[in-house]
This record gives sequence, C-alpha cells and structure tokens, in this order.
Amino acid sequence: MADVAAAPPRAQQNWSIGWGDAGPFLALAALVAIGYLVNPDFLSANNIANVVTRSAFIGIIAIGATFVISSGGLDLSVGSMAAFITGVMILFMNTVAPNVGTAAIPLGMAVALVTGIACGLLNGTIVTVGRIEPFIATLGTMGIFRALITYMTDGGTVAIDRSLREAYRPVYFGDVLGVPIPILVSLGVALVAAYVLYRTRYGRRCVAVGANEDVARYSGISVTRVRITAYVIQGACVAIAAICYVPRLGAATPTTGLLWELQVITAVVIGGTALRGGRGRIWGTVAGAVILEFIANLMVLSDVVSEYLVAAVQGVIIIIAMLIQRMSKR
Amino acid sequence: MLRNSLIAAGLTTALLAAGPASAAEKKIIAVSIPAADHGWTAGVVYHANAAAKEINKAFPGIEVVVKTSPSASAQVSAIEDMSATRKMDALVILPHSSEELTTPVKTIKEKGAFITVVDRGLNDPSIQDLYVAGDNIAVGFNTAKFLVDKLGGKGNLVVLRGIPTVIDDERIKGFQDGIKGSDLKILDIQYANWNSDEAFKLMQDYLAKYPQIDAVWANDDDMLLGVLEAIKQSGRKDIKFALGGNGMKEIIEKVKAGDAMTPVETPYPPSMIKTAIYLTAAHFAGHAPVRGSLKLDAPLITKDNAEEYYFPDSPF
Repeated sequence: MADVAAAPPRAQQNWSIGWGDAGPFLALAALVAIGYLVNPDFLSANNIANVVTRSAFIGIIAIGATFVISSGGLDLSVGSMAAFITGVMILFMNTVAPNVGTAAIPLGMAVALVTGIACGLLNGTIVTVGRIEPFIATLGTMGIFRALITYMTDGGTVAIDRSLREAYRPVYFGDVLGVPIPILVSLGVALVAAYVLYRTRYGRRCVAVGANEDVARYSGISVTRVRITAYVIQGACVAIAAICYVPRLGAATPTTGLLWELQVITAVVIGGTALRGGRGRIWGTVAGAVILEFIANLMVLSDVVSEYLVAAVQGVIIIIAMLIQRMSKR
Repeated sequence: MLRNSLIAAGLTTALLAAGPASAAEKKIIAVSIPAADHGWTAGVVYHANAAAKEINKAFPGIEVVVKTSPSASAQVSAIEDMSATRKMDALVILPHSSEELTTPVKTIKEKGAFITVVDRGLNDPSIQDLYVAGDNIAVGFNTAKFLVDKLGGKGNLVVLRGIPTVIDDERIKGFQDGIKGSDLKILDIQYANWNSDEAFKLMQDYLAKYPQIDAVWANDDDMLLGVLEAIKQSGRKDIKFALGGNGMKEIIEKVKAGDAMTPVETPYPPSMIKTAIYLTAAHFAGHAPVRGSLKLDAPLITKDNAEEYYFPDSPF
C-alpha cells in the first residue's frame, strides 16, 4: 500500500523538474514570437543587442538575489545600494584620477567591489545577528543608502571625470566579437553562480536553509553563516552591476537605481525561484531579467498601446508569463 | 513612501531641535520646500539656501529659515511645527502638492503671516499674497517654435514625457500648440519619468523603431542626458536637434559652447525660489508693494544670454 501511494508522486516530481525549469524560457520564446509579429524590427540584431545589454544590470543583481531569496531572505536595498556604490566609485575615481590617470578605473572597480561586499555584510549581519525580519532590515538600509547617495550628490548629479569618460566607455558600449561586454559579464556571473548554487556544498546548504531553517540547523548547518554569505554574494553582484553601469551615463544621481529592487524580485520569481525560499534557478533568473526588458521594449515598438496604459499592459504580460511558467510545470 | 517617512522622522527631530528664534524683534521668513531628491529640487534647495544667506547678511532685521521636506505630509508637519514653535511673519512655500497643503497654509495665513506661493499654486488662490512661477506652457511652446523654424516647418519628431502631472501636461500642450499648422509630425510620445536611465532606454527603442528622426524633445534635461548618450551610441546621423528644458548647468554649458545638436535651452529655473524670497524680503525691508503674481518667462536660452542662466556652483 505504502509503496503504491509513494510511487506516483515521485514520478510526477521527476517529470515536473524538467518542465518547471523550461517555463521561463517558454515564456521568453512566446514573447519573442509576439514581438516579431508586432514589429519585425524587434528581431533586428541592433534591437536585440540593446535590450539584452540593458537587462544585464537587473540580471546581474537578480543573480545575487537568487541566492538571498532561495535561502529564505529578501533584499529591498539593492536599488539604493547600486546608486550608493556608483556614487562612491565615481567620487573615488575623480579624486585619484589627477594622480594616477586611467589607472583610476581598475582602482575604482576594486573600491566598488569592496563597498558592495561591505554593504552585503551589513545587511546580512543585521538580518542574522540582529534577528530582524529581512523585509524591515533591508527597508532600513534601503533608506540609508538612498539618503547617502542624495547627500553625496547634494541632490544633483556627480559625473565621472572627463579624462576617464572615454577610457571607461567601452565597458558598457564595447564588444568582443560582436557581443556587448555587459552581456559577457552577466554570462560570466551566471556561470559562476550556477556552479556555486548547483554544484557546491554552499549552494545546497543555501537552498536547505531556505526550505526549512530548523531542519537545516539540526543537521549542523550554520544558518547565520549561510545567510550572511548570501547577502555578501548579493552585495558583490550589485557592485559588478554598478561597475558596468557607470560608463552608460557616466553619472550617479539620487534617482539612479530607483525601484530596481522590484524589477529584481520580479525577475527572480518569473525565473522559477520560490519567493518563500528553498528553490533557486540561476538561468531562470537571467531569462526573467531579459523577459522584463523585452516587455518594456515591446511597449515602445508597438503602436497599439496608449502611453497612459503601458504599465497596465506590462502588468498583464508579467502575470501571463507567470501563468505560462506555472502551467508548464504540470 | 516608506523611505520618505524615515527621512521625515529625522527632519522633524531636527526641526524641533532648532528651537525658538534668537532675536524676538526680527522678522522671520520661513521657507518650506521639497527635499532635494532629483536635479531640479536640488537646485531649489541650493538657491533657497543661497538667498537665505544673502538676505540674512544684507538685512539684519530679517531672518530667513529654510526647511526641506521629503513629502507632502512631511511638509504639512514641518510648517505646523514651525508656526507652533516660533513667530512666523512670512511663509514662502513651494508645495509638494496643491491639495494637501491648501488647508495648512490657510491656517498659517489666518495667524497673520504673509504668504508667498512658488511654482505649484494652492487650490484657493485667495490665500496667497504673492505668487511666483515659471511658464510651463512657454517651455513647450518656445521649443516647438524653434524646431518649426530650424527644420523649415517639416520633419519627424519623437517626444519624451516626464511623470504624469500638470507640469508635464502643460509642457506637452505648449509643444503641441507650437507645432500646430506646420508639417512637423510627432511620431511617438511616451513617458520616461524625468529619469536619465529610462530616457536612455526609450531613446534606444525610438531609434530602433524609426529609421528617420529629425529632432527629439525630452521636456527635461535629466532625460536629455540619457537621450544624447543613446544617440551617440547608435551613430545615427539623421537627428539634427535634441532639446531638453529646465536649465541644467551641463546643458547650459553645451549651449554656451555652441553645440550643434543642443544649441538652445528653455528655462524653468529652480532659482525662482530665490526671486520669491527676495520679493518677500522686500515687503518687510524695503516697504515695497509686492502683492500680486509674477510669471517668469521661458525665453529661449542661446549662446548670447546663457550666462544669465548659468550657475556653476549649483548641483543642477
């Protein structure tokens, strides 16, 4: 009896893993097909390159968020953190540029990375050691980072030094064999992240903590360390995104990265990661970020939607994408 | 909103700590403005502080106090706290929103303060003693006239809108009135929320969608920065003009340098707060009649008059 009852669910589960992972890619394929029908220019190499490059920021940050969310956490501060890191990086580079010239750029990147890791460490420590709900803890740091960038810029703009601008430009606008650099960077980040999440002990622990904190603790996993590490990974990812972002407009403002946290969480969830933790999908997240950017692009390329209704149509498409993803799991 | 509330809590504490006025017989001019959360409001804060410093130095009998608030509700609390803790002879206010601030400002008026309203009007104009504002319709209209003239009355345009508000609507309306009767055609018009990033993306998409664009109007200089970057990346040569609005110093610098793509600018200057504070001070110090309303023009800024609108030390 027991065997008979246990067998079908297992079979079903095996079947569902294959399709569940394909969900976001099916949604992406559907979107591309619709895009082509709406406006054939959608599939022009130029447009695709633009849109995928743009999705790199949200994509890279969302890869970090996949760790935080699958470990049962949440980080609302990523948008403000991106702005803060951008500001710190630009101010640092402008300060050292007169002395070291274009060597300021790699130094600035290092400073950005250290700042990002420190921000992640701060979030992780508040959540774990301080035992504060991630939602509230990161809402607090979100306000702090946003206020700091506003303070650093006097509410205006800090622009990168003219002498560095041209030298740094290729990091966003350049390409290797025709593939824009931000795309290569996000692919690299995704490869490393997929390896860590799927193939290492840390990755399994991360998901285990998200699935059931108590069970994880009883099986000897240091929940605190796993969680803090997830936030540090998130901080490093935000820093990498900021490094690619700076050359795009060459400036940080108080509105930089505004509401990115919502896009990031949406990308992660569309990608098939469970918002309550216990399941993480790196490639799904990447697809989710591209889907979001494609939707926005499609709104502009189509002539059907009134400019007043764009957000509503975007909302509907996101829900439909989720439904496609959900149905493909059955 | 939540983020704003956090900052509001801090500001209110700071306000209370400021304490009562030092010299009782001084005329107090309180200035209540939005906190610096983007370029234009950062300019407002800069010019308000500059005016306060200059007037406090020039007129010993007047003290100007500047308070910034991150939201409409915080602004209501701020002016209530100010009027509760000190004698207020005048209030210069740039309201976050007309609806929420009307009643609180009226209460202050009833206590006998001179009320100067800047930029956004209150719902009941009888409350204000003095009204100072820019001309949003002219911002759109003058830009449109320039394009009609320079493009020979014919061409394809794309337009970027800001955040859905009266300010945005007025600018767009002025622009549409300005091109009326010419063969300039608006191919597309979309919101980019006065944000450089969103403007960059939107412009990339416009460029992908339309093979021939003669001019772009971004209705705000933050957005223009994103537009210019997207045009530069595309390498397209068909775009003859890319214009903004507001008078950001980076754009004024382009105008001064005789940039081919952005040769003109229309002002909606954040320095209007300074005009308002000086006029209010004139009411007390100079015994000069200032009641009424003052609408600042939005003439085209060209190479010749750019210096007048250039503030190199301002964050905007």
